[in-house]
Amino acid sequence: MNNNQLLAVQQLSFNYGHKPALIDVSFELPQGMTILLGPNGAGKSTLFSLLTQIYGIQQGDIYFNQISVTKLGYQAMQWLGVVFQQSTLDLDLTIAQNLYYFGHLHGYSRQQSLTKAQPLLMQFELQHRLHEKVRRLNSGHRRRLEIVRALMHQPKVLLLDEPSVGLDPASRQALADVVRDLCREQKISVLWATHLIEEASDADHVLILNQGQLLATGRSHELQNRYQQASLAEVFMVLTSEV
Amino acid sequence: MRYWYGFYGICQRELLRFLTQKARFASALVRPLLWLIVFAAGFRAALGIAIIEPYATYINYEEYILPGLCAMILLFNGMQSSLSMVYDREMGSMKILLTCPLPRWFLLLSKMIAVAFISLLQVSVFLLFAYFYGLELAPMGYFYGLLAMLLAAIMLNGLGMIIGAWVKQLENFAGVMNFVIFPMFFISSALYPLWKMQEASNWLYQLCRFNPFTSAVELIRFACYQHFNATAFYVVLGCGIIFMLLAIISFSTERFNQN
Repeated sequence: MNNNQLLAVQQLSFNYGHKPALIDVSFELPQGMTILLGPNGAGKSTLFSLLTQIYGIQQGDIYFNQISVTKLGYQAMQWLGVVFQQSTLDLDLTIAQNLYYFGHLHGYSRQQSLTKAQPLLMQFELQHRLHEKVRRLNSGHRRRLEIVRALMHQPKVLLLDEPSVGLDPASRQALADVVRDLCREQKISVLWATHLIEEASDADHVLILNQGQLLATGRSHELQNRYQQASLAEVFMVLTSEV
Repeated sequence: MRYWYGFYGICQRELLRFLTQKARFASALVRPLLWLIVFAAGFRAALGIAIIEPYATYINYEEYILPGLCAMILLFNGMQSSLSMVYDREMGSMKILLTCPLPRWFLLLSKMIAVAFISLLQVSVFLLFAYFYGLELAPMGYFYGLLAMLLAAIMLNGLGMIIGAWVKQLENFAGVMNFVIFPMFFISSALYPLWKMQEASNWLYQLCRFNPFTSAVELIRFACYQHFNATAFYVVLGCGIIFMLLAIISFSTERFNQN
């Protein structure tokens, strides 16, 4: 394993009963944006559930800072920020109350939570809506709030499970731009799961997952050269039609 | 400090959720008040209560069922909190709790204690209403009674959490509520003394005796009159520990795999 990689997955397999969901998946997450590309049912959410320890590992291992999560346990979560596919905000609480709750769970006082969240709230243009109930926010702003919350504790790795679901194309692009800026500014590693090929840019690292198997990894343009295709969409079509 | 803030955060969220759900608070109060004012008034004439421990003299039926109704609030709130866990799981907010850097046993224990404090808040308001209705305890009776209720609430929350861990959908939970809450409440000493039950049916009496909710009711009843019921205390404590351990096991990673 490369010493610079904060997150590494080794020969990870997972079954729901007898049905395999992940088969021998291995990869290392570099610094910057990594797009986990796969159709619905590819195993992306299962992989996220394993990375966040919601599911226990059945086979293989996951390493944070070269230490197995089986040894680290819940302590690994301090390096990880997560935005799940399904919203996890408390709709009946205000933005501030949601952030305080998350901050407390990570060991911060109310004031510390606010101090940590303030620059992010400004970056995501939510600073004036602190005392509004989450129920009153539109889906785009809820997504932004979830990213603010996921970054509050300054994680080294940010996991985003289909964060653009339910957003219009402009909001989707804006979200991707903000996350890419974060990668540059804060030097974090981002794993962005999606089934939308257009969300990957040429500079992004790409993982292609289909039917629980990792089919290819590399920069978008590298994959195009390797498989001699004109676009990432064509690479994806070629690889997924082979399985 | 991380543990303290984690506990504080869970308690604060439970309180905020409780305060935003005004209908829940109202129904938690209306239910026992209806039993106290309507049901007890009707049954006062039909049911004579002999002198039994911890009472020193003959008492009204309203006075008899007061501890049982306090326990009823704890039971309903304990089950309702597990309902909220099923809701949290369906809505996804449970994931925030499960992905924080704190051990699951601590999170579950914190939630149980937080819900117990919310239950005590409801019981305190109910006791205030009861006071104005004419049912008064000695000042130390309130103190000991609330301590007993805290222990009973933790036991009942533990039971609620076990059920919450095994129920996958909100729709299924309504059925479980009917199969757990009503049998536990009616097959206990909350509404009628055990000797009355024994007169009616011996097997029902035996069921009442072994129902941990009966011990919770009796522990509260004795504490409200500044007496200590050792048997009830050990049953509630023992069942509380067992339910808590089972709840923690139920919420282990393996359980979530199956879900």
